[in-house]
Amino acid sequence: MNTWLVARRDLVGYLRSYAGFAIISGCLLIDGLLFNFVALGQGAEYSHKVLEEFFNLTSGLTMIAAILFTMPTLAEEHDNGTDVLLRTSAVSDRSVVLGKFFGAMGMLGLLVALTAYMPAMILVNGKISLAHVAVGYLGLMLLGSSVASIGVFASSLFRTQLPAGVIGGVITVAMLLGWAGSQVTDPPFTDVLAYVALYQGHFEAFKEGRLLSGGVIFYLSVTFVFLTLATTVLQSRRHE
Amino acid sequence: MIEVRHLTRYYGSFAALEDVSFEIREGEIIGLLGLNGAGKSTTLKILAGLITPSEGEVKFEGHDVTENPEAVRSRIGYLPESPPLYKDMTVSAFLTHIGRLKGMSAADVQRRLPSVIELAQLQGREDQIIDTLSHGYRKRVGIAQAVLHDPRLVILDEPISGLDPRQIVGMREVIRGLADKRGVIVSSHILSEISQTCDRILVIDGGRLVAQGTEAELAERAGGGERRIQITVKGDEARFVEWLAAHPAVEAAKPLLATHPGTAVAHVELKERDGRAKLVPDLIQAGFTLWLLEGPEDDLEEIFLGLTGKAA
Repeated sequence: MNTWLVARRDLVGYLRSYAGFAIISGCLLIDGLLFNFVALGQGAEYSHKVLEEFFNLTSGLTMIAAILFTMPTLAEEHDNGTDVLLRTSAVSDRSVVLGKFFGAMGMLGLLVALTAYMPAMILVNGKISLAHVAVGYLGLMLLGSSVASIGVFASSLFRTQLPAGVIGGVITVAMLLGWAGSQVTDPPFTDVLAYVALYQGHFEAFKEGRLLSGGVIFYLSVTFVFLTLATTVLQSRRHE
Repeated sequence: MIEVRHLTRYYGSFAALEDVSFEIREGEIIGLLGLNGAGKSTTLKILAGLITPSEGEVKFEGHDVTENPEAVRSRIGYLPESPPLYKDMTVSAFLTHIGRLKGMSAADVQRRLPSVIELAQLQGREDQIIDTLSHGYRKRVGIAQAVLHDPRLVILDEPISGLDPRQIVGMREVIRGLADKRGVIVSSHILSEISQTCDRILVIDGGRLVAQGTEAELAERAGGGERRIQITVKGDEARFVEWLAAHPAVEAAKPLLATHPGTAVAHVELKERDGRAKLVPDLIQAGFTLWLLEGPEDDLEEIFLGLTGKAA
């Protein structure tokens, strides 16, 4: 219940502000242009390949949007002094972090849902399976939840949202580059870096419409780890 | 209600509080008096559960604030110096949200809201966006959020800072209204405010509690208080001061500037607290017409200086 209260406040705040609409409309515009010129502009192509390219393009924007939605979550509360309201309430630090996370995920979900017209166009003009669409969207939300948890963690570290966004972005890029790192290192680093890679090795199956438990577990684990870290940061503030 | 024992708080190697102990009883308004940086806000943050003490304990109705913070927090209302507000919300929407965060049901919030709006003198502002309120009204919204869940202890950090004189009078009424069935602790570096609002005063200096008690008790401890009076009579100033200096109950007498023609004013330090009972009849018998008898205007200020040896 407490988690929902925190999430609802953030969601309403986003929907009342220009920032929420600016992020959503900006991402949709870029996604639409990329879909038109990259996914559809390659000449004749199988519908499922176009759909894969759509998920590929949308995954990047989902990650960027996740950082943008989460960077103010805890940092802005700290900056405005309203974190006092949460820290002196009956809400636990874990519920605060979860509320912030789900608030951002609500906006991310709205953004991802609004991209549905693109798969719908492929469906109308070609032949794709609805299961492929559903698994692809599940992958987008799982990838988004991982990056959102990184963003919430980064936001817990700072008083203002800009450094939170930068650090959240740096952690995300570092994890995306894990795959590249695995190509130039020796075991056991090869396996470790390959496993922590946010996209390669995990998202490909989703964009191809294959639901693998390993990918689901990976994204949920990343989410759990970073939300736990964010909770620890909040708890440690009482001892500063 | 609240027992604070040997509270110590370090920020790095800097001791913001050292071995502070005191109690707060139900129905009591406690004033926490000290200069900026004396440790007032740190004390209040620990009481509110915002930060933990390095050493010592805070027991709230038997519960340790550090060990069981979430249970205790729901019984405490806290207003920091700068009121924490979601400025994009209306007053009533904000208070409803805070009530729910404090663990109240939606029905309880709606039931309690009218009385809190009245207590904080926010009538007619319920539907106003907080961002459009004046500083004084924002402070009141801050107080309303601190008392909405009917806490047993209300903590107010510098509640009158930044308010104009009319708002200060209103805020005093609000603070007095809070102590009806709960404890209230108010911090301030403004001596007159503490003097007018609080039942008991804690004087904190350099992170240490240097004195606590009523204003009269502190005055006694500072070595003056009720032994210092100011007398205005009709008559000749030189004869008046000479007569005072010779009186057996008077330790010292100093003439002051008279504000009315034909009167003489003197600041008198008595040898004993009840010295005025001997002095006044003798004064009249000596032929002086007693115009005014009062304590020094800056009583608490002198007490504070006496206790801390610093300028406020």
